[in-house]
Amino acid sequence: MAEIIKQATRDAYGAALVELAESCPDLVVLDADLAAATKTGGFKKAHPDRFFDCGIAESNMMGIAAGLAASGKTVFASSFAMFAAGRAFEQVRNSIGYPHLNVKIGATHAGISVGEDGATHQCCEDIALMRSIPGMTILNPADAVEARKAVFAAAQHDGPVYLRFGRLAVPVIFDENDYNFEIGKSVQLTEGNDVAIIATGLMVNEALIAAETLKNEGISARVINMATIKPIDREAVLRAAKETGAIVTAEEHSIIGGLGSAVTEVVCEEYPVPVLRVGVMDTFGKSGPAVELLKLFGLSAEHIVEEAKKAIALRG
Amino acid sequence: MEKSKRKTLEKIALHIRMAVIEGTYNAKSGHPGGSLSISDLLSYLYFEELNVDPARPDWADRDRFVLSKGHCAPALYGALAHKGFFPVEEIKTLRHIGAKLQGHPCMTETPGVDMSTGSLGQGISAAVGMALAAKLDNKTYRTYAVLGDGEIEEGQVWEAAMFAAHKKLDNLCIVVDNNNLQIDGTLDEVTSPYPIPEKFAAFGWNVIVIDAHDFDQIEAAFKAARECKGKPTAIVQKSIKGKGVSFMENQVGWHGSAPNAEQYEIAMNELKAALAAVEQEG
Repeated sequence: MAEIIKQATRDAYGAALVELAESCPDLVVLDADLAAATKTGGFKKAHPDRFFDCGIAESNMMGIAAGLAASGKTVFASSFAMFAAGRAFEQVRNSIGYPHLNVKIGATHAGISVGEDGATHQCCEDIALMRSIPGMTILNPADAVEARKAVFAAAQHDGPVYLRFGRLAVPVIFDENDYNFEIGKSVQLTEGNDVAIIATGLMVNEALIAAETLKNEGISARVINMATIKPIDREAVLRAAKETGAIVTAEEHSIIGGLGSAVTEVVCEEYPVPVLRVGVMDTFGKSGPAVELLKLFGLSAEHIVEEAKKAIALRG
Repeated sequence: MEKSKRKTLEKIALHIRMAVIEGTYNAKSGHPGGSLSISDLLSYLYFEELNVDPARPDWADRDRFVLSKGHCAPALYGALAHKGFFPVEEIKTLRHIGAKLQGHPCMTETPGVDMSTGSLGQGISAAVGMALAAKLDNKTYRTYAVLGDGEIEEGQVWEAAMFAAHKKLDNLCIVVDNNNLQIDGTLDEVTSPYPIPEKFAAFGWNVIVIDAHDFDQIEAAFKAARECKGKPTAIVQKSIKGKGVSFMENQVGWHGSAPNAEQYEIAMNELKAALAAVEQEG
């Protein structure tokens, strides 16, 4: 078995920005006193003339990002997911979303894998918030390879993009050389027709482990990596509904308003089949080591396996 | 200021005021009070100060204007229409279904609108971003923003003020329209942001206080703002809410309500009489 390499998606984000600067002369990066944590610090060092630290003032940072974008810049504005999507929600909605400006929100420290800092910093509502803004594209990469490609795709994309990154080092799943990333296109990682596991972010790796377990029990699971949560890949969701008849979603986000909701909306409207949601239940996070928290909150392969069996049973 | 120049600016300001009344009357809603208090300012900005070209609303080197107090869109639309960005006749479509003149300024709908605004406190941050972009690109265009005095109760305004001074954005000039009235009453009755000049000065800004309805003072203030290096400028203009329409002046009730047919007639007659008086001056 090959050695598992782990890297946090926020690290890939920071490195990708430095790389992107070469091909994107209009690139400007903003942060709100978190450059060391969001990993924009590398860009600050490499391109100090194109980096602005806005201080602990996320609302103003989003407005500055809008003004820069309205003047022709491609702007990446970074903070923790809690503050980027939470505190500055209305600025993102009115100053960036409504005028459909080229601001890319680099939100790190999403979900409960923030760990010891606890509930105030564990944002499990950001996807729900961002999904509600018309024209907002939401990318939630599964590993460092996908995170890098998502940054480049976001820069090319016309309009606002919310990029969701994690603090925790997670296994690298994809091969840099043969992985194509396209906004709005999911990627099927395993063949299977008994159940579909549609996962995003660090839950993709758990979904792959779950699929192995299920395989050993004679259940073939189709694992789909849904890195673009909006616009969701309706075609892949409906194909999964039709060909498997039972779906489990898996995300490090509240079960309200995130990937689970997005998949359920598509399925319910066009081809109803059971959809069970693995995610953070309607609750706040807690302090603790990230890996243990993920288990505590049921964000695990084991839980996905259980829910997959339930979904199959519901299908009948 | 030369008499002919002042006469021209006064006439344009009256046309902007008529647009405010025309627009809000036809919309049966809108915000005439604060629009009338900035009509003289917008006359000067669009016809003397701003380097803009109605034929090229997206011209990259134009001066930028952000109406941070976006509810005063009727005055902005009046200025843009008379400048030639769209036909004056369109003022009557304000707030109507299918109209490009939205209730609050929308940059994707209306030519000449540089930023979508309306949620108070946000426009100034976008203006700071525009001024920062000019500095980044070594461009000489300037960025202007108009804020309400009640608007500066929003904390984001002070986040933006701190950043602009820290970055020495001397290509940024904001105007605080100090008409002393907000929806729930006078500023003092609500939550006082006074003293306004001292607050901006403490944040590191060049501050100028003027009479909002005196074109000589407006002209001098913008000249001083252009000449000030190393600091952004905040012009605090002491204004009269509802200025130019007798029954609307200093009446908080006209913050966000439209004139009925009778009030429309009275207001338009007053403005037309004022226009005739300006034209009859020697």
